[in-house]
Amino acid sequence: MPIAKVNGVEVEFEPGMTVLQVAELAGEEIPRFCYHERLSIAGNCRMCLVEVKPGPPKPQASCALPAADGQEIFTNTPMVKKAREGVMEFLLINHPLDCPICDQGGECDLQDQAMGYGRDGSRYQENKRAVEEKHLGPTIKTYMTRCIQCTRCVRFSTEVAGVTEMGMISRGEGAEITSYLEQAVSSELSGNLNDLCPVGALTHKPWSFNYRPWELTKTETIDVMDALGAHIRIDNRGAAVLRALPRLKEDLNEEWLSDKSRYAVDGLGRQRLDKPYVRKGGSLTPASWDEALNAVAGKLQAITAEKIGVIAGDLQDAESLKAAKDLFTSLGVKNLDCRQHGEQFGPVSANTPRESWLFNTGVAALEEADVILLVGTNLRLEAPLINARIRKAWLKGQVQIGVIGEAYDLTYDYEHLGSDAKALKDIKKGAFRDLLKNAKKPAVLVGTGPLSGEDGAAVLSLIASEVLAPYNVVREDWNGFNIVHQAAGRVAGLDMGFVPGEGGLDTRGILNGKLDVVVLIGADEIDTSGLKDSFVVYVGSHGDAGASVADVILPGAAYTEKSGMYVNLEGRVQIAERAVFPKGEAKEDWSIFRALSSKLGQTLPYDSLSDLRRALITDHPTFGRVDAKPVAKAFDVTTLGVKGEIKDGLLASNIKDFYLTNPIARASVAMAEISAVRSTPLSLAAE
Amino acid sequence: MIARLVQAAKGALLLDFVGATGLALKYMMKPKATINYPFEKGPISPRFRGEHALRRYANGEERCIACKLCEAICPAQAITIEAEPRDDGSRRTTRYDIDMVKCIYCGLCQEACPVDAIVEGPNFEFATDTREELYYDKQRLLANGDRWEREIARSLELDAPYR
Repeated sequence: MPIAKVNGVEVEFEPGMTVLQVAELAGEEIPRFCYHERLSIAGNCRMCLVEVKPGPPKPQASCALPAADGQEIFTNTPMVKKAREGVMEFLLINHPLDCPICDQGGECDLQDQAMGYGRDGSRYQENKRAVEEKHLGPTIKTYMTRCIQCTRCVRFSTEVAGVTEMGMISRGEGAEITSYLEQAVSSELSGNLNDLCPVGALTHKPWSFNYRPWELTKTETIDVMDALGAHIRIDNRGAAVLRALPRLKEDLNEEWLSDKSRYAVDGLGRQRLDKPYVRKGGSLTPASWDEALNAVAGKLQAITAEKIGVIAGDLQDAESLKAAKDLFTSLGVKNLDCRQHGEQFGPVSANTPRESWLFNTGVAALEEADVILLVGTNLRLEAPLINARIRKAWLKGQVQIGVIGEAYDLTYDYEHLGSDAKALKDIKKGAFRDLLKNAKKPAVLVGTGPLSGEDGAAVLSLIASEVLAPYNVVREDWNGFNIVHQAAGRVAGLDMGFVPGEGGLDTRGILNGKLDVVVLIGADEIDTSGLKDSFVVYVGSHGDAGASVADVILPGAAYTEKSGMYVNLEGRVQIAERAVFPKGEAKEDWSIFRALSSKLGQTLPYDSLSDLRRALITDHPTFGRVDAKPVAKAFDVTTLGVKGEIKDGLLASNIKDFYLTNPIARASVAMAEISAVRSTPLSLAAE
Repeated sequence: MIARLVQAAKGALLLDFVGATGLALKYMMKPKATINYPFEKGPISPRFRGEHALRRYANGEERCIACKLCEAICPAQAITIEAEPRDDGSRRTTRYDIDMVKCIYCGLCQEACPVDAIVEGPNFEFATDTREELYYDKQRLLANGDRWEREIARSLELDAPYR
């Protein structure tokens, strides 16, 4: 490997690295604004100037200069110091001194680097330039006078988000960042532009002026707005959760986050259930915990187990599912289901491989795939960051992509093979067959939309027989079968068998109104019209569809208010941490079931969260491996689904409004605004 | 013997009495060291750190921009601020509380303020009957500012050359 000297210290580096990267290897900090590891190199801020020998006797931009063997790099010479001071002075010529009203204040690269590398005062006496504000949509607040033209936002939106909406117009003093025809940025990853902006030109509109970074308490946790389980940091002040920011996780979200995961947090403070309610005389009235639990226990004891049904929602942690399952199976209840949209996976049982409901390839390994087939999924909404991964692979040019289902604008080119079940059968007649046949690492991504219909099992079976089996998608060394889950709590539910027992009813059966008691655990995306005559118990955090039909409401904790295990779509077990305490009298969900169990005389054998986790891991060993993607073994794909009649409908995604898919998002003002602006469906690729 | 005679003579002539009366008369003529407090007040420095006030601009616009630097620097953590965009889009506080019981009157808040909004004015007579009355909110602080603006502006002007 080549060797360069950084400030006299020899460093070995990979060929192809830039001078900036080599200097970082040597532990030298190089100030920069435009350079970002995950974006292309622009070299336009000039802040990273260093002295390089051999070379011309002037400072050089280290981010764009390839390092060479035998090079000597200096980052601490008088020439470098003077160059940095000069660049900083030029950058500050037009930058307003309004840090006190700037939301970036306190976490601003320009502020920090001006302190570290700038001169002490300004020599500039003339007027500063002013730039007109731009309207960039409901997520981005602009203050374009602050812009230093680093073009990170332009490069992110073009390269990662895949929307060529931003650009720089004019030049010199007139240079301005703007969007195409001043339209709002439509990307579902637009919040990342604000993160990337090194100054306060683009800031988070939903959180504007709400906080200062230094007054927030930070908690590293896991996101639950989609099934990816992105790593996030929750920032709160007192009891209020003020923002969610991405954390670096190469295997999942890299350092990006979707707008929903980021901006839905204001929903955590609205529409909350903060005390138990019991329906008296037709209206819900506040009650004590004792009263509410007695009401539920009395009802449950009065009827037989066959008349009880339990549905778990999308945002449930594994512990609450486990406690609920243990409680209700001990009562003899078989009508349990965690698939509130009625999705058909598997078959799901203790002796079927969990690979049949996982995203087996893995998010990171998707970049290695050479052929990707998307079936019935609008990946851009169902899992925006997985879509960004596919775009990343597509930009490298090694992957061919086919789509069966509706033709959405997915930000990359693909072959549209058809939109209904017939297209699955037609694969063998088309050119895509050869691609799949010759693929070394084919990946098939199946959305949960087509699996949610009455014919879901038949669709899954058809996918297995027409795509998975003939093209050998699931092999010993490569498992290309992937279910794109949408709910953070789904895989945990399936892994522990939170599904109907022998002869039990599934979600559809529970909802058709034949049961006397229905327990909804955070389940709100259901058709509640059949529950009018049933006694409905709602355990959850938000007053939404489920709570409105409930006869007893037991207030639970939202994902920022409890420590809980979530299993992401890959089957990776991750532990979310508590940032704030549950609202009012609300309790962590598992402890509600524990309290109910003692009222019923069926006391659950755990008194603390750690006891519960121990029981969970003993019963289901997959929960014992935290934060590791399970090795996806090959399995017999012919067992997937049930052969049957398929209504020749669209294999469409079931997301109607991406920004309003769960109770937290529906309570969020920011989500409502974003949804209103972006509610026009993304234009079809064919248009 | 002699000393006793001198003592007797002094007593007979009321010399101590005359001397004391003379001293009393002398001090009666001199200017007084004490003042008649509620009706008279001593001079205070322009840097005097008394009761807090939030100031306004001449056009009535409140100065505070919710930068929260005073909240950050307050060593007693007596200041609590919450902010959000006002209807016209400008950055304003929705809540500006000072716990005057916690406050140690160090003056760091007015040092930190970039717009001279929070100041410690010349008023030192704000004792109250109850503790609750010393939890100042934004309304109270702005009212203070309005009441004391002339004095505060004059203090700031006098102190300006030294800041």
